Amino acid sequence: MADDVKALSAELAQDPDSLVFLRLGELLRHKGQLDAAHRVALTGLERHPHLADAHDLYARVLADKHDFERAFDEWDMALRIAPDHVGALKGLAFLYFKVGDVQQAAAHLAAAQRVAPDDPGIAQALALAHGGEAGQSAAAPAPEPMAAAPAAQPLEEARVFAGLEGAEEGLLLLDPSGRVLGGALKDPAGRDVTDAVAAYLAGVSQEAGRTAKLLGLGSWTGLAAEGQHGHAHLTPPSGSALLLVVRERAVPMGRLAIMAQRAAVAARRWLEAQA
Amino acid sequence: MTTAPAGFGRVLDLVTRVRGVRGAMLVAGDDGLVVAEQLMEGIKGPAVAALAASLASRLRRALEAAGVGAGQFWHLQAEKGALLVVTAASGILVVAVAEPDVNVGLVRLELLRAAEAVG
Repeated sequence: MADDVKALSAELAQDPDSLVFLRLGELLRHKGQLDAAHRVALTGLERHPHLADAHDLYARVLADKHDFERAFDEWDMALRIAPDHVGALKGLAFLYFKVGDVQQAAAHLAAAQRVAPDDPGIAQALALAHGGEAGQSAAAPAPEPMAAAPAAQPLEEARVFAGLEGAEEGLLLLDPSGRVLGGALKDPAGRDVTDAVAAYLAGVSQEAGRTAKLLGLGSWTGLAAEGQHGHAHLTPPSGSALLLVVRERAVPMGRLAIMAQRAAVAARRWLEAQA
Repeated sequence: MTTAPAGFGRVLDLVTRVRGVRGAMLVAGDDGLVVAEQLMEGIKGPAVAALAASLASRLRRALEAAGVGAGQFWHLQAEKGALLVVTAASGILVVAVAEPDVNVGLVRLELLRAAEAVG
């Protein structure tokens, strides 16, 4: 196998634009050389940003490295490029399983099965999803057993933000009256402060909207706040719902805004599904 | 543009000289009354001040409850512009109304300087 790595590396060195990086990255991944696989996948992705397989490979490596938030983004991107990409569908199913959203996981597996009806791994994972049983699954692209997660994390609040970092301690979705729709919030000491924060934020969405309107600024799109010990970002994902993202001060405000946008997409999807 | 009393006027100048800033205000954080203002015509200073103070109060309580600490700076983004606010040590809010493409980092710095000058 080492020879394969050498041969593929040589081939890639000869022709850096070659798609051989996909095989090399996957091989390194299977060998557990995750840093090397990461470099190969990222370089390949830079050369082929519109190739769904490149995003899929990069997502697999990220998932191996337990960077599930970015893996989610990469698989999501792969699906935007190629809506029937089986690898991405299976990958997202894996992540949904991880956060306990069996329904979404099953939906993604069903979509994968429509594209690849003869894939026994998908059928097996789908059967497990429908049965709600824990166990091993060949459909899981990442190193962890796909179906082991549902029983471990069946949190209702995690479902809104499936696959996103901080789903249980740094993301909160509220209705206009301050009722929690999803997510949860913990303070730096680990205490659950979800209800208190939700109560104080009741009506903020409407007030921000009124302020923007009064100033002739159109609709409000976000509210970033800088505290002594952390940063917060509020977004109206749809209607008058309010999404709060909180992170420590080390996370730059710009990065927080990006995280908030991702969480808002998930929240919007969830809200639409509930409608 | 409406004018501010001398002294406060110089503080507000720090903010309004930034390109893209349409106006600035000093607002009493506890009751939402305008202390001083330099606003473009057409902006309803007292109403904006009241809403800004109310938002600041809610945010402060929410951030403190979340363990983030007292809010130092906040930035309301909208389709056609932004409202940027820094709280001075005395509780006075230094408020800027800006165009959407304003240099937020620069406005923040000037707001912090203005807040320091206000005390």
